[in-house]
Amino acid sequence: MEKFETVTAIAAPLRRSNVDTDQIIPAQFLKRVTKTGFDDALFFGWRQDPEFVLNQPVFQGAEILITGPDFGTGSSREHAVWALRDFGFKVVISPRFGDIFRGNSGKQGLLAAQVEETDVERLWAAIEAQPGITATVDLVARTVSIGELSVPFGIDDYTRWRLLEGLDDIGLTLRDEDSITEFETRRESWRPRTLPVREPAEVGGQ
Amino acid sequence: MNSAASARPGTEAPRTLAEKVWDAHVVSQGENGNPDLIYIDLHLVHEVTSPQAFDGLRVAGRPVRRPDLTIATEDHNTPTLQIDRPIADPTSRIQIETLRKNAAEFGIRIHSLGDKEQGIVHVVGPQLGLTQPGITVVCGDSHTSTHGAFGAMAFGIGTSEVEHVLATQTLPLKPFKTMAINVEGTLRPGVTAKDIILAVIAKIGTGGGQGYVLEYRGSAIRALSMDGRMTICNMSIEAGARAGMVAPDDTTFDYLRGRAHAPEGEDWDAAVEYWRTLPTDEGATFDAEVFIDADALEPFVTWGTNPGQGVSLSDTVPAPDDFEDPHERAAAERALEYMDLEAGTPLKDIKVDAVFMGSCTNSRIEDLRAFASIVRGKQKADGVRVMVVPGSARVRLEAEAEGLDKVFEEFGAEWRFAGCSMCLGMNPDQLAPGERCASTSNRNFEGRQGKGGRTHLVSPLVAAATAIRGTLSSPWDLEQIADPASASETEGAMA
Ligand code: SF4
Repeated sequence: MEKFETVTAIAAPLRRSNVDTDQIIPAQFLKRVTKTGFDDALFFGWRQDPEFVLNQPVFQGAEILITGPDFGTGSSREHAVWALRDFGFKVVISPRFGDIFRGNSGKQGLLAAQVEETDVERLWAAIEAQPGITATVDLVARTVSIGELSVPFGIDDYTRWRLLEGLDDIGLTLRDEDSITEFETRRESWRPRTLPVREPAEVGGQ
Repeated sequence: MNSAASARPGTEAPRTLAEKVWDAHVVSQGENGNPDLIYIDLHLVHEVTSPQAFDGLRVAGRPVRRPDLTIATEDHNTPTLQIDRPIADPTSRIQIETLRKNAAEFGIRIHSLGDKEQGIVHVVGPQLGLTQPGITVVCGDSHTSTHGAFGAMAFGIGTSEVEHVLATQTLPLKPFKTMAINVEGTLRPGVTAKDIILAVIAKIGTGGGQGYVLEYRGSAIRALSMDGRMTICNMSIEAGARAGMVAPDDTTFDYLRGRAHAPEGEDWDAAVEYWRTLPTDEGATFDAEVFIDADALEPFVTWGTNPGQGVSLSDTVPAPDDFEDPHERAAAERALEYMDLEAGTPLKDIKVDAVFMGSCTNSRIEDLRAFASIVRGKQKADGVRVMVVPGSARVRLEAEAEGLDKVFEEFGAEWRFAGCSMCLGMNPDQLAPGERCASTSNRNFEGRQGKGGRTHLVSPLVAAATAIRGTLSSPWDLEQIADPASASETEGAMA
């Protein structure tokens, strides 16, 4: 996972609340065998509408999504985070997130930044005054700013630390890699190995 | 698990088998209630739960840390007929192709359809001698508990954990509690390992093992072969436990000796010496204990839609009112409706449409031999479809070398290629809606063997007797295995 400090990019306003994970990515996309390439599935239903915010040319390349309260509720599907990430989003801003969604986001390096509802309104207004304007999300200072406007956001310390350090679960374990390597030197040499492939000396016991 | 034991060198507190295996795999101890980091000795991979894990590695640019502790096979989606043809179902085909690509890219050993070591992942590991006492085994599959039969700690994991193990060969884990399942006595002829585990689950319930590692102990367990022990450990998950274990002994070592990946020469001696230290110490305590009287067990069968809904074959279908617990009563009501059964019906009056002999619970050579011993020289009942599916291609070859394929074919059964087959409705082998099946598999959930299909879980012997008579039958109903005189004394054995 890349280390996350600040992102400056186009911000897209999604003026909706209660966006559940079924809206973010419908069930028909869950059959896939990959963890990537879900950009086409993001908000699949809504994107059929040419007027939908992400279809508008001014918001092409947006990396910050600013939404209403209760984003990412419903089914636990991790695919919702993969779809947002694959589409290019690095930050989702909402007054309130679904718990599992927020947890999944942290693991995949997507920043779920919690911003007061009144501040979300101010961010939306700033964008609508100047569609296509860039916003800056500063994880060190915990602020979102557009031009002169700067508002704080909330995130738990542990997730923030992991994002700043660029650590997913695996990254976290690999910080302990020396212990793993050391353990491996202690392992008995006769413990089973799958490689190289061996043929049975004789047919086994029974 | 009392993993703190290893933090106090010099203290020789008696430990259970599970605690010993845990302690020997702690890479780093978790502090302040954080999980311990546990080393994984063997990682088994199949096509269904691995694709996103490999893709995750690719996204992060990570290699597989120990390809030499990892092995893949194809089982859930594979057809069991015409295995040389392209797989018809596109989703299945893509999953299989993806596994093959990933194995090639990450340098992982794979046994594909057509290879003699291909088969159900839980049959392949033991048969290659990779599953050994005292090791930790994981796989993205809940029936990984099977491998505990060797005294290994083996459990199923989710896809993100699969990725974690591929990348680090470890897992952060919180200690489990331990439960002793004491099965003392001698099984009567016709009663098998499958009947023991069905009785255990009926006794403790499908949630009874939650949070525990089960250790199966006692004279009846010691007397079982490795194939029987695997049948029992396989279904630990059906009691809610993540893992089940049996202490290694000479039966275990005899099974392993000479297998492809078993230690050899001096390594073998060192290994056996270590393995002999693994059984639970005298005086070690379990967090819970259960007792089962093996002498009293009868051939068992499930009547409902969870593996805990089972009774002796000599019983009748229970009524919802027989259950005091309101949840169990409601579950029984729903189950009877789904299974289309009337309370009070003798189990032996229930007609079946199909018999499935296979799955990671009962598809090893000994299971096939048991089935063959009953059907040899007989004809299956009219109108009953009988499928015999070996757990691996090697089991299939072994069975054919003994002529079992002929026995099955003369009986009127279909002799198939290896795979999960009708254990789950993910490949072409499925029940039609409303069809009723006596199955040697492990799950009788609604729709498990195909949408609308009805499953009765049974042992290979019961499956064979049922295939002959066309109704659910006990091996005691056949002349080969005389009904033990004591059968009538066993009423209430499970109380
Ligand atoms: S045989 Fe059945 S239970 Fe066993 S691994 Fe295959 S699908 Fe799962």
